[in-house]
Amino acid sequence: MTTTATTVPATDALPAEVKTDRLPLLLIPALALLALPLTGSFSTWVTLTFAGLAMGMIIFIIASGLTLVFGLMDVLNFGHGLFITLGAYVAVSVIGRMIGYVESPSLMRNLMAVVPAMLIAMVVVGAVGFVFERVIIRPVYGQPLKQIMITMGGMIVGVELVKVIWGAQALPLPLPAAFSGSLLFGDAAVEKYRLITTVVGLLVFAAMLWVLSRTKVGLLIRAGVQDREMVESLGYRIGLLFFGVFIAGAALAGLGGVMWGMYQQTIVPEMGGAINVLLFIVIIIGGLGSVGGCFIGALLVGLVANYTGFLAPKVALFSNILLMVLILLWRPQGLYPVVKR
Amino acid sequence: MSEPMLDLQGVHTRIGAYHILHGVDLQVAKGEMTVLLGRNGAGKTTTLRTIMGLWPTAEGTITFQGESIASRPTPEISRRGIAYVPENMGIFSDLTVCENMLLAACDTKRAEDLDAKRLEWIFGLFPALRKFWQYPAGLLSGGQKQMLAVARGIVEPRKLLLVDEPSKGLAPAIIQNMITAFRELKQTETTILLVEQNFNFARQLGDQVAVMDGGRIVHSGTMASLVADEALQQHLLGLSLTAHQ
Ligand SMILES: Nc1ncnc2c1ncn2[C@@H]1O[C@H](COP(=O)(O)OP(=O)(O)OP(=O)(O)O)[C@@H](O)[C@H]1O
Ligand SMILES: [Mg+2]
Repeated sequence: MTTTATTVPATDALPAEVKTDRLPLLLIPALALLALPLTGSFSTWVTLTFAGLAMGMIIFIIASGLTLVFGLMDVLNFGHGLFITLGAYVAVSVIGRMIGYVESPSLMRNLMAVVPAMLIAMVVVGAVGFVFERVIIRPVYGQPLKQIMITMGGMIVGVELVKVIWGAQALPLPLPAAFSGSLLFGDAAVEKYRLITTVVGLLVFAAMLWVLSRTKVGLLIRAGVQDREMVESLGYRIGLLFFGVFIAGAALAGLGGVMWGMYQQTIVPEMGGAINVLLFIVIIIGGLGSVGGCFIGALLVGLVANYTGFLAPKVALFSNILLMVLILLWRPQGLYPVVKR
Repeated sequence: MSEPMLDLQGVHTRIGAYHILHGVDLQVAKGEMTVLLGRNGAGKTTTLRTIMGLWPTAEGTITFQGESIASRPTPEISRRGIAYVPENMGIFSDLTVCENMLLAACDTKRAEDLDAKRLEWIFGLFPALRKFWQYPAGLLSGGQKQMLAVARGIVEPRKLLLVDEPSKGLAPAIIQNMITAFRELKQTETTILLVEQNFNFARQLGDQVAVMDGGRIVHSGTMASLVADEALQQHLLGLSLTAHQ
């Protein structure tokens, strides 16, 4: 090829219109609409839908860190449930000291107990996450089988320690007075706490999207999920990034634990382990490494659990597995597959 | 040749149970473009990955500006001033062209802080990037992705640029475009180690040339002398080109 050096404008066609894939997003209203005739009564449907959304939001808050941890370093952390339990127990300890504030009808005083309880839970669980990553995860990078065993083992040990500190029996985690009770929409009753949870979940999701799309650290996380080696070749220490994400994910799971504990109003040391399976269903449905997928997956799981719990309690036992199977039949890599190098 | 900027002596690389590089000796002189030729599987990509610390150096030394970088962590090697444009381009397809460029500028926090004059220069080399600045990089064509990959490598001044087969899969017209861009880059005294299979591409740009086969350097010298010596070309490029065509 010895043609003269002409610059060729062969690169000028605009790419096909940028279309974001919104199809998975439609699944949520589709599912809700499908459930409407089945439940038979509009008020029941409203109640169930809000229960499902609230549960989904809590699961999202818990699972969001898990999906990024897998996306960045292919680390499967089966010990994530420990962070949920721990968050709830720390909150019990904090709130137990401020019981007057929790029982007071004043929203302000309630918040003065709940907000510190949440923050302290996040800090403590974040710190435990720090140790967990260094001691348990770091030695088994790149060894999936050992990861599964040792993270499960870590959780078992952690839960036993929780029993040593707080006892094995169930403890009450009272809902603050201003958060309890229901709001009536027509003849449909929606628990206030479920509304609050939904709003908090949306805020966490929005904050996370902001970080992931507007900050350099967020861009690096998304880039690292796709191509770890390239991020390192550009001069960034991916190990440090992963460490930060792990700690933040643990803290969020702690927050989710507080919210889940208040939702149930009693907590047991096994509560985290009980949700663990749901978490993996959610991140697989969403597409491993995708925060948006995790959000949709969590809401779907929450809604399906509540609808089937009402309509067909026997089906409810395996409804989430069924949901996962159906979604994987449609999209084998999950709703938002992450393109790996 | 004065003290080389990059100096590989007897480098061996093993990947798992496979012994891939068998004592690579390669020098890259400051301010010049050295082209690394060789047939498929000769070990060119492995050589670049070893320099970047993406594979550990099993034996031998790698010296960059007088300091050993063998088996150092990749981010550290990068921060010493080596940019790497991998064979698969390593484009972050979820991120926009702009965000890809921002990440390539290690110490720049926001896109607005990218060096505007330098960006203008890069847009001059690769006009498509300006046009698609806010588009997800995954939507770019193969040629445009390759341009983005090279542009990332030069978004900030670097001491050494490692580029793995930038002509791969490109139409001849786009290759010509790429040659023009590299010519301009050479004017800025950037030191470049370029892996190529396309001898026509390589001969238009290279100052020095090294030919690789079976995990070793089998020839090195100036590009001019290789271009002048038909017999040597026949012999060496039989190794590198005919196998490829
Ligand atoms: N990850 C790996 N595991 C095992 N063997 C590998 C790996 N990567 C490369 N090799 C082997 O190492 C040898 C050199 O590969 P390398 O990619 O360095 O060649 P190359 O000169 O870049 O070839 P090409 O022109 O096809 O890109 C090949 O035989 C290849 O099969
Ligand atoms: Mg190669």
